[in-house]
Amino acid sequence: MSVTDVGGEMRSYYGRPVIKEPVWKKEIPWYFFTGGLGGASSVLSLAARVLGHELLAQRSIQIASAADAVSPPLLIADLGRPERFLNMLRVFKVTSPMSVGSWILAYSSAASSVSAFLNTIGRLPRVADLARTASAFSGAPLAVYTATLISDTAIPVWHEARQELPFLFGASAVASAGAAAAIAVPVAEAAPARRLAVGGVLVENVVFKAMERRLGMLGEPYSKAEAGKYKKVAVGCTLGGAALIAGPGRGSRLAAAVGGALVLAGEVAVRFSVFKAGFQSARDPKYTVEPQRARSSGQPAGRSRTRPGSADASV
Amino acid sequence: MSELAQPTGTPAAWPDTYGDEAKERMGFFTDTSICIGCKACEVACKEWNLVPEDGLVWTGESYDNTSTLGANSWRHVAFVEQNEPLHAPVEGEEPVDALRWLMSSDVCKHCTHAACLDVCPTGSLFRTEYGTVVVQEDICNGCGYCVPACPFGVLDKRHIPRHSGDPPAEILGLQLGKKEDGRVWKCTLCYDRLKGGHEPACAKACPTDSIQFGPLDELRERAGRRLEKLQGENWNGACLYGNDPADGVGGFGAFFLLLDEPEVYGLPPDPVVTTAQLPQMWRTAAIATGAVVAGVVAGFLGGSR
Repeated sequence: MSVTDVGGEMRSYYGRPVIKEPVWKKEIPWYFFTGGLGGASSVLSLAARVLGHELLAQRSIQIASAADAVSPPLLIADLGRPERFLNMLRVFKVTSPMSVGSWILAYSSAASSVSAFLNTIGRLPRVADLARTASAFSGAPLAVYTATLISDTAIPVWHEARQELPFLFGASAVASAGAAAAIAVPVAEAAPARRLAVGGVLVENVVFKAMERRLGMLGEPYSKAEAGKYKKVAVGCTLGGAALIAGPGRGSRLAAAVGGALVLAGEVAVRFSVFKAGFQSARDPKYTVEPQRARSSGQPAGRSRTRPGSADASV
Repeated sequence: MSELAQPTGTPAAWPDTYGDEAKERMGFFTDTSICIGCKACEVACKEWNLVPEDGLVWTGESYDNTSTLGANSWRHVAFVEQNEPLHAPVEGEEPVDALRWLMSSDVCKHCTHAACLDVCPTGSLFRTEYGTVVVQEDICNGCGYCVPACPFGVLDKRHIPRHSGDPPAEILGLQLGKKEDGRVWKCTLCYDRLKGGHEPACAKACPTDSIQFGPLDELRERAGRRLEKLQGENWNGACLYGNDPADGVGGFGAFFLLLDEPEVYGLPPDPVVTTAQLPQMWRTAAIATGAVVAGVVAGFLGGSR
């Protein structure tokens, strides 16, 4: 008897996946993190500058430019033909979130590095501010587009989570920027950064929970195997770090730094959890077949079939 | 608007942008009811397109040791053994203890709305004048986005297996262009042969005409007649897969006549092009972007504690 009938419910071809697992390596979830940190830090820097928090503004733009600077090398390292990375800027396609994102990243990292450089050497303050504004403009899109990128794939756990992932990635980015700034700025001047770290962590954990609940069976991979381990680390680190920042971190720089580091580690783990869940959901054909089967059970889309005599003989 | 106009509203690459050079849309109709599982299509494809070896293994899964489509397998013959009669049982007759052997040669579907083409950030994937979807290997930088975007798992990054008895890497490199390829590969519907007025290698080699090549409109008509005939003969489970331009990918350029549910052959029952929902996804992203900005600004409310 063939494997296709095992279980008597869902049928598959020897249990093999219908879709391909992504070929992306660990550089990609790291980039999700650095892109989020860089993008949200640019926004934080502009807000701080406008509202008169000079030190926070300066440190944040430095963090942003550092995160923006490591992002392109991470992406290039993941290419099958790294020497052809400039082909990314050969076209601009709104149908490709990766194309849109490449342009956003190129623009954002150029702007943030100019601003951070001028800020650090203390020259051309107007140009520095202009560049800061420019990078803040693209900062939030940079922090969020990666969610759209993975949502626009056939990977069930990503595509079906397309309503929540941008908010998850956005909240994670805000928490990262807040946590990094809370480490980099003295306690007395870090109040906004602390609030961003704590608020971002709370929103992110609520969104993650809500996403899993809505996805139901499709959301299983998030709490299984590697993705599940990363998620446990993420929840523990982000909530623990946020508690440290919100409590002792208000008085002690050390507590704020430890809390900030924990939140940052947790945000990396969040990205890895989402990343690994995608692979796990691609690997098991049931996540691909069952929702499609349910969707098409009434009126099969794309097929005109008959099965004379028996409705479902082999099942 | 042509049939190939994208669901996202962008103009169709075919035939609009080709003008006078546009050709009739060509495709495959794979009639699995007459497939004999000879794998001549797999071999002919490899020979013509210089597709490298993809690992020599015994899977124990009937006669299938290719297992799946990928960078190094552009045709894949599936073998399914079933305890089912070839013809549906007739009422009043004793059910027979039967065995049937399903074989089907899978290939890239050359979708009307192709996710791989939509998401390709370099423009390496393009729509040819025949309405087919092809990777330009001199442009592909191996970003891998098309791999999880394809709802059929057709594309993959090329990896060249090595064995202890292989010639040295330099010689392999000479043969294959490069040591490790790093780009994505898939069926081109023999773009080069089409340009020369020939049918694709797999269709040419198919000894039973299970793989039929031709203008898509003609193939759809022919497939409809074939399905009627099989239904008239009471074939068990005969159905067309991918012939309907109203399906989630706008119809396949390479479609099939199957004898069971698509998932039995490792095919998705109701594939969709995910970029159809991209406008909505961009809107969600825009709202999330606003939320990030609002969140950061809100962090500055409430003094210095």
